[in-house]
Amino acid sequence: MATFKEFRNNVKPNWCPGCGDFSIQAAIQRAAANVGLEPEQLAVISGIGCSGRISGYINAYGLHGIHGRALPIAQGVKLANRELTVIASGGDGDGFAIGMGHTVHAIRRNLNITYIVMDNQIYGLTKGQTSPRSAEGFKTKSTPEGSIESTLSPLEIAMSAGATFVAQSFSSDLKGLTSLIEQGIQHEGFSLINVFSPCVTFNKINTYDWFKENIVSLEQFPDYDPSDRVVAMNKIMETNGMLTGLIYQNKSRKSYEDMIPGFKPEALANQELSITQEQFDQLVAEFK
Amino acid sequence: MISQLSWKIGGQQGEGVESTDRIFSTALNRLGYYLYGYRHFSSRIKGGHTNNKIRISTKPIRAISDDLDILVAFDQESIDLNARELRKGGVIVADAKFNPTVPEDVEARLFAVPITKMAEELGTSLMKNMVASGASWALLGLPLEVFNKAVEEEFGRKGPAIVEKNIEAVKAGAEFVLEQAGGPLDDFKLDEADGKQKLFMIGNEAIGLGSIAAGCRLMSAYPITPASEIMEYLIKKLPKFGGTVVQTEDEIAAVTMAIGANYAGVRTMTASAGPGLSLMMEAIGLAGMTEQPLVIVNTQRGGPSTGLPTKQEQSDLNAMVYGTHGEIPKIVIAPSTIEDCFYDMIEAFNLSEEYQVPVIVMTDLQLSLGKQSCEPLDYSKVQISRGKLVKDSPALEGGELFKRYEFTEDGVSPRILPGEKGGIHHVTGVEHDEVGRPSENAMNRKLMMEKRLKKLNNLRIRDAIRVDAPNEKPDLLIIGMGSTGGTIDAARDMLKENGISSNHITVRQIHPFPAEQLKPHLENAGKVIVIENNATAQLAGQIKMNAGYADKIESLLKYDGNPFLPLEVYKACKELS
Ligand SMILES: Cc1ncc(C[n+]2csc(CCOP(=O)(O)OP(=O)(O)O)c2C)c(N)n1
Ligand code: SF4
Ligand SMILES: [Mg+2]
Repeated sequence: MATFKEFRNNVKPNWCPGCGDFSIQAAIQRAAANVGLEPEQLAVISGIGCSGRISGYINAYGLHGIHGRALPIAQGVKLANRELTVIASGGDGDGFAIGMGHTVHAIRRNLNITYIVMDNQIYGLTKGQTSPRSAEGFKTKSTPEGSIESTLSPLEIAMSAGATFVAQSFSSDLKGLTSLIEQGIQHEGFSLINVFSPCVTFNKINTYDWFKENIVSLEQFPDYDPSDRVVAMNKIMETNGMLTGLIYQNKSRKSYEDMIPGFKPEALANQELSITQEQFDQLVAEFK
Repeated sequence: MISQLSWKIGGQQGEGVESTDRIFSTALNRLGYYLYGYRHFSSRIKGGHTNNKIRISTKPIRAISDDLDILVAFDQESIDLNARELRKGGVIVADAKFNPTVPEDVEARLFAVPITKMAEELGTSLMKNMVASGASWALLGLPLEVFNKAVEEEFGRKGPAIVEKNIEAVKAGAEFVLEQAGGPLDDFKLDEADGKQKLFMIGNEAIGLGSIAAGCRLMSAYPITPASEIMEYLIKKLPKFGGTVVQTEDEIAAVTMAIGANYAGVRTMTASAGPGLSLMMEAIGLAGMTEQPLVIVNTQRGGPSTGLPTKQEQSDLNAMVYGTHGEIPKIVIAPSTIEDCFYDMIEAFNLSEEYQVPVIVMTDLQLSLGKQSCEPLDYSKVQISRGKLVKDSPALEGGELFKRYEFTEDGVSPRILPGEKGGIHHVTGVEHDEVGRPSENAMNRKLMMEKRLKKLNNLRIRDAIRVDAPNEKPDLLIIGMGSTGGTIDAARDMLKENGISSNHITVRQIHPFPAEQLKPHLENAGKVIVIENNATAQLAGQIKMNAGYADKIESLLKYDGNPFLPLEVYKACKELS
């Protein structure tokens, strides 16, 4: 069985020292090992941004695609080979601005993949513009007078889109994050894990210290029941979206793959490409 | 006795024009006639004039006719709009209910049949299409049993009582009109057909069928006219083969999902039309850069923007050839017959894996939606080739990665699928090295660009150009693509009768352009005319740019939304020669 070290490669990340993304990478590697995966059984599909580079830093199959499209690519991979564990990952701009349409529909579709958003409330790669996750009044290169748009709440959106697994974490909490990723991988359906991942270079407001002060951990509520949708939604609103932990899980809904008529449990990629002459004749018969 | 005839049915959209046409043509197909259909419709679902035309012949035909022999009209508008297409002595079968009148300048025989009344007497006005088609079938003197069999199949699932009623309606229409006309019309009697079994289908169905035969098991797509039938066909059929269709949230998702699925090893396609193609452009570049196989069908319609969404055009050629930023290898092929629609899909999937490039199959609305006779399709001709796909590569040692982008002589590298133990590598749209890691090294960049671009240097597809050249030195060389081939051939028959010799070339490999194959034909022709459904002569532009002979090349363009008619092509060619 592979250890987390086997999910490491020898590429040195080009992230700034102190960037929150390092820990997310480590958490994915640990979680993959903890759930018993071998590197070739994992595919990490990422978007474009500082965060999007993550697929190149993990020893597994990886595809670094185009901005905002990690999810449809990841869903294609999963449909083609459902035996793979598929993780999609990218930034808050990637998933909640340019790729928001895909995020909502991937949630609705509920394929058995895990989506990890590396949420730094800013555009890192393009050197510090506002993101849909930026707070109102947040000053950036693109909002010198402060952002005048309201902040998007991905957790609320996920809940209302019918998510079956919603979690949030903080990159400093390696243990908690690793555990959530494991649970996300094991969840039979789409799992969204939004991870606060400070951008030490461009975001001087939402810093490590700021998160430590503002995060509300679900551990504080021993009676919390993540299977109750209304409770989950209330808690998200009460804590202004700063909640961390497993917020909601619906274990009864089947994954998309399991609901496709005639879809086999084995990888489609390994199935025969040709059909029989008899099958072909049947197809042709309706045109006579 | 005549060897061919054109029949048209017109009415309000949603009034049964489609189903009448379907039953009528199925019956003709059973009799072994060659058929070519043309659907005139607007993007409204209900209401608005619509008509379907079928050309019926004892010989192969691939074009609509200039004129019309029989018009079946459910309303006066259908007569007013279509009667002038009738040849002298043509026939109108119309519903007596609206007191049909024939325009003064039209010489046609009118049969007013109480279509609605008879249908209502038999139970429901819904059956008026059966009364009408029965009447027009009877005028042709064709065997009623064959027609009834088609009716039985259309309504079979609704139970024997419904079938019975509809057959009665057919009979009622037939008997009424035969009495009025004093028997079948002598001058409408078709020669017997060759009786050989043919298929009767639209291009989009042939594309769907070809995809399944090619091993395509996934499709991701977003609905759009005139591509949706491909998706609808595969939704019905793919589950039988373990596959599925995903209706995505947009075309960007459709194409990127297809890229992901191809990357993971399943032959996957998407299909769209102009607006969707525009949305796919960035992703096409990703497929080119990361050398993923990808098949996109673009069913062209009237552009730009929403343009004429339900009309014929061939104006996306440049978008397909040049679309996406940067420079990638890409193949664009253009089927030109219904049989091509089938076989080219197999070729497209093979090429996309052999060369690891995006392949765009371009059709046009008339080819995609025109229903026509198709020669029997031969599954034994279907060969699946997956190119340099590697299985069971030896395990990698100490952090080593699989050289997915290895420099090779032909530029094509070995490809391995996720899940393979010895295959781990990286894939990125960022410039990368042989194992797929990002690299900005100038030398590597240059080599990688050259590697990708040289992959298509030796591309040879089946019939890159399809040549019909009976004349060594023709007065005229006519060049076209897509659905225009049959019309061009019909025009050539007229040219020949008038002593003008012509050759005909259909360009099927649009990109990379098969210039060398075309050059000798351009050289030998007196004059060259390029015929295309667009306003800026895009195909002619490709020919001039790639093969030269600009001073010899003229264009006939049509961009009013309608396909060319043989007479139009004939006139333009005659004027030129
Ligand atoms: C279609 C397109 N538009 C714009 C860009 C430029 N771009 C690259 S990353 C990015 C935003 C990055 O922000 P985020 O997704 O939050 O990732 P981060 O860098 O913060 O991790 C932008 C706008 C692009 N690559 N593609
Ligand atoms: S710019 Fe910000 S997000 Fe990007 S690597 Fe540096 S710290 Fe991380
Ligand atoms: Mg960001």
